[in-house]
Amino acid sequence: MSDFFKSSSSSSSPSDMAAKKEAVMNGVRSEIALASAQELINKTNEKCFAKCITKPGTSLSGSEETCLSRCLERYLETFNMISKTYSARLSREREQRQLNQI
Amino acid sequence: MDNFKFDEATQKELTTFLEREQAQARINSTVHNLTSMCWDKCVTGTPGSRFARGEESCLLNCVDRFMDTSLFIIKTIEGQRSQQS
Repeated sequence: MSDFFKSSSSSSSPSDMAAKKEAVMNGVRSEIALASAQELINKTNEKCFAKCITKPGTSLSGSEETCLSRCLERYLETFNMISKTYSARLSREREQRQLNQI
Repeated sequence: MDNFKFDEATQKELTTFLEREQAQARINSTVHNLTSMCWDKCVTGTPGSRFARGEESCLLNCVDRFMDTSLFIIKTIEGQRSQQS
């Protein structure tokens, strides 16, 4: 991350600076997106292992794999559902606060 | 060592950008936690190709009831404190 703040030239033109700014922003965006994706993968792994692999055998069985792939779909669906209801709740509360201030 | 400096306007813009991204990241992390919590509470059966009806409505209500719970707890504690003083 600290690489974004360094430069090979000490003098910089405005366009150089704009490009560097974009690089910093894109770097931050992609790191945040990566962290979120990793979190989702870890959580899915944990939850679906708990649900589908009740008694670990020498390999994953066909029915366990079916369970895992359905579980993955359902967990992602849940994430999207929760994300939608949570942001709906947040914007409702924001509106309410603005109304109370008037 | 060479050091690159952003001008003041750009620094300000980046600060605003970072604050906004951080706020969004906090919301996102709450969504991860809520998803985990509501999954444990609502999805009780073996995962199928779709949610059971009860599971779906449980998930849809889960966030709002959690937030209501949080407000209720705060209100109750505040009420107790004002009675004591």
